[in-house]
Amino acid sequence: MAPMLDIDALIDDPQTRIVVCCGSGGVGKTTTAAALGLRAAESGRHVVVLTIDPARRLAQSLGLTTLDNTPRLVQGIDVTRGGSLDAMMLDMKRTFDEVVQAHATPDKAEQILANPFYQAVSSSFAGTQEYMAMEKLGQLRLEADRDPDNPRWDLIVVDTPPSRSALDFLDAPKRLGSFLDGRFIRLLAGPAKAGGRAYVKVFSAGVNIVTSTLTKVLGGQMLTDVQTFVAALDTMFGGFRERADHTYALLKDGGTAFLVVASPERDALREASYFVDRLDEEEMPLAGLVVNRVYRVAAPGLSAARALSAAEQLGDEESGSSSGGSSGVSDTAAITQGLLRVHAVQAEIAARHQSLAKRFIAGHPGIATVEVPAASADIHDLPGLRAVGDALAGR
Amino acid sequence: MSARDTDWDGVRLHIVTGKGGTGKTTVAAALALALAGQGKRVLLAEVEGRQGISQTFDVTPLASTEARIAHAPQGGEVFGLSVEAKAALLEYLHIFYKLGRAGGLLEKFGAIDFATTIAPGVRDVLLIGKVYEAVRRRKDHKAKGPGAIPAYDAVVLDAPPTGRVVRFLNVNHEVADLARVGPIRSQANSITAMLKSPQTVVHVVTLLEEMPVQETLDVIADLRATGMPIGGVVVNQVREAILTSKALTAAARSRISRKDVAADLNRVNVRATDAVVDGLLTEARDHAERVALERDEAKAIAGLRRPTYRLPSLPEGVDANGIRELAETLVAQGMA
Repeated sequence: MAPMLDIDALIDDPQTRIVVCCGSGGVGKTTTAAALGLRAAESGRHVVVLTIDPARRLAQSLGLTTLDNTPRLVQGIDVTRGGSLDAMMLDMKRTFDEVVQAHATPDKAEQILANPFYQAVSSSFAGTQEYMAMEKLGQLRLEADRDPDNPRWDLIVVDTPPSRSALDFLDAPKRLGSFLDGRFIRLLAGPAKAGGRAYVKVFSAGVNIVTSTLTKVLGGQMLTDVQTFVAALDTMFGGFRERADHTYALLKDGGTAFLVVASPERDALREASYFVDRLDEEEMPLAGLVVNRVYRVAAPGLSAARALSAAEQLGDEESGSSSGGSSGVSDTAAITQGLLRVHAVQAEIAARHQSLAKRFIAGHPGIATVEVPAASADIHDLPGLRAVGDALAGR
Repeated sequence: MSARDTDWDGVRLHIVTGKGGTGKTTVAAALALALAGQGKRVLLAEVEGRQGISQTFDVTPLASTEARIAHAPQGGEVFGLSVEAKAALLEYLHIFYKLGRAGGLLEKFGAIDFATTIAPGVRDVLLIGKVYEAVRRRKDHKAKGPGAIPAYDAVVLDAPPTGRVVRFLNVNHEVADLARVGPIRSQANSITAMLKSPQTVVHVVTLLEEMPVQETLDVIADLRATGMPIGGVVVNQVREAILTSKALTAAARSRISRKDVAADLNRVNVRATDAVVDGLLTEARDHAERVALERDEAKAIAGLRRPTYRLPSLPEGVDANGIRELAETLVAQGMA
C-alpha cells in the first residue's frame, strides 16, 4: 500500500514555496495546479498560479480573460483566512522580449527584437516555452522575495508546458548552457570568442568549409541574420544562463515540491513513470503522484458480474411479462436493468483504473499517492476547482 | 488495390492530429492498418521521437530507417518510421550535396545540433521533408514521370498535437523570414505544394469532451485559414448508450423511484440496501449528465459537416488486437 499523499500538509507548510505540477498532455495538470492554488489561498496563503495553456473556460473562471503576462488577482475566493490568489498565463514571446529589454541597452534591445532570427526563436522555437516558463518562475520568485517582511506571494504553483519530451524544462538551463558554450556559437560570434589567434589558425580551414557549406545549405541571408542575432545577444548571454542555473537550483531546493500528475491510463502512467525516474535522477524533490480522473462507483458493494447477471434476470422477466401484456412492471424493471448495466460498466472501468494504479504503485514503492475521482462534468468554475481541491486533500 | 470506394480515394498522405490524450497515435496506427487491409503498402511515421508507434504495435523501438511492423491480408503491409531531424539532415546533405569531409566537420562544430535543435523552422522542414520524400519515393528509383509506381501507396503521419500542428505544417511561413532564397526555401516550397494538394488530408482525433472538441474546432479553423486540406473527424472512445432516453431523463431529474428499484433488486436477489440503491441512482445521474454533455459535444462536431468516424472505447485498453478491431471499424465506416 502506497503512503497517502497529504496535500494539506504540503500546502500548509510555510516552507513549501514552489509546487510544480508535471505530467503528459491531457491528464488535468492545469486543473490540478489551479485547484491546488485555490485551496492554498483559501487556507490563508498568498498564492500565484502560473499556467501555460489553460482551457478557455478554466482560464475565465480564474479571471484570465486577457493574456497580458502579469499576475492578476482572482476574484470570488474565500479570503476569511487572510489568503489571496493571483493567476497568470504565460506569454512566452512577451517574457522573452522583457528579458531582452531588461538586460540589453535600449538600442541593442531594439536591434535584437527586430532580428528575424530572434522573432522566430522567441515565438516558435520548440524549447522556448520551457525556457520562458523557467524564466517566469524565477521572476515570480524574485518578485515574491523583494520585501521579505511583506512578501507578495509565499507560494508559487506552476503548471508545466506539455513538452514533447517529458521534463524538457528541467533541461532548459543545461541546453541553454551547451548552446552558449557550443563551438558553433563561438564560431558564429566571431574569431575573438573562439579562443584566440592560434585556435583560429588551426581551425580556419575547417571553419571555412563549415561556413561555406552553411551558406550553401541555409542561404547567405539566414547565416547573416544568425550572426547578427548571436552578436547582439552576446552581451546578455551570461545573465541569461546565470538566472537559468539559479532557477534550476531553486527547483532542487527543499522549498520546492514536484507533483507528477497522471490519469489512470496505460500511456499516461508510463509517462508518469518516466517523470518519476527523471526527477529522481536529477535529485528533484518529488512530493508525490496525483492520479486524476479515477472512476469510482457509488455502490461499491455490488460487483460488476453480479450487477450484470441481475440485469439479465430482469431482462428475462421483462420479456416474459411483456408477452403477458403488463407493461407497468416492465417499465420500472427496464430502468432498474439500465441502472445495473450502468453500474457494471462503471465498476469494470473502476476495476481497470485500480489495477493500473496498483501496478504503478508496485513499481514505485514509497511514492505518496492521491487519487482524484472523475467528475461527471468539465471543471470551469471556482466551486468545481474547490471540489477538486477537496479530492486532492483526500476529503 | 481494392476497387471499393472510400471517403479518401486518391489521398496518399494522411496526417493525423488531435489534442494530447485523445488517442491520435492509436487512430493513426488503426488507419495505417485499415489501409494495409486493402492490400496497400503503408508507411506509418512519427516525428516527435515518442516511440508511440512501436509501443502501440508492441514491437522493438523504431529507428530512423523504415521497418516492417505489421502485415495484413491481400499482401498489405505497414512499415514504421520514427523521423529524426538529425538523421534527416545528414541524409539530406548527403543526397543533395554529396558531403564528405564537410559533413563530419559540420557535426564536429555542432552545426548539425544547431540546425536541428536551435534553428527555428529548420527542424520542422527536415521532419516533414522526410515524410515528403517518402510520399514521393518511387519503387524503382530510376523510374520517373507520373507512370512510375510509388514506393508507398499511402503514408500516415502521426503529427504533433493540435496546439502545434498548424505551425508544424506551415513550413513555408516558418522559414519565410529566415530563408528568403536558397535550398531550404525551395524545399519548403515543394513540401507546401504537396501538403496543399488533393493528395493530402489532415484528420483530427477528438473525444466527446469539452477541451478536445474546442481544440478540434480551433484547429480546423486554423488549418482552413492556411489552406490545408481538411480530412475527417475521428471521435475516439465512444461509449455505447446504456440507458434509454426516457431512463436518462428520469435519472437526470432524480425521478426514478427508489422503492421500485429496491423491489426489482430484491426480486433478483440483490440485497437492496440503502447504500446500493442510492449508489445506483447516483451513478445513473452522473451517467445521464455525462451523456448530455457528450451529446452537446457531438452536436458541435456535427456542425463541422466533415466526414465523421466513431471508434468504440475498448474496455481492456488498446493493444495490438485492439488496433485491429479499430482498423476494421474504420474500414466499415469508409475511412479506408
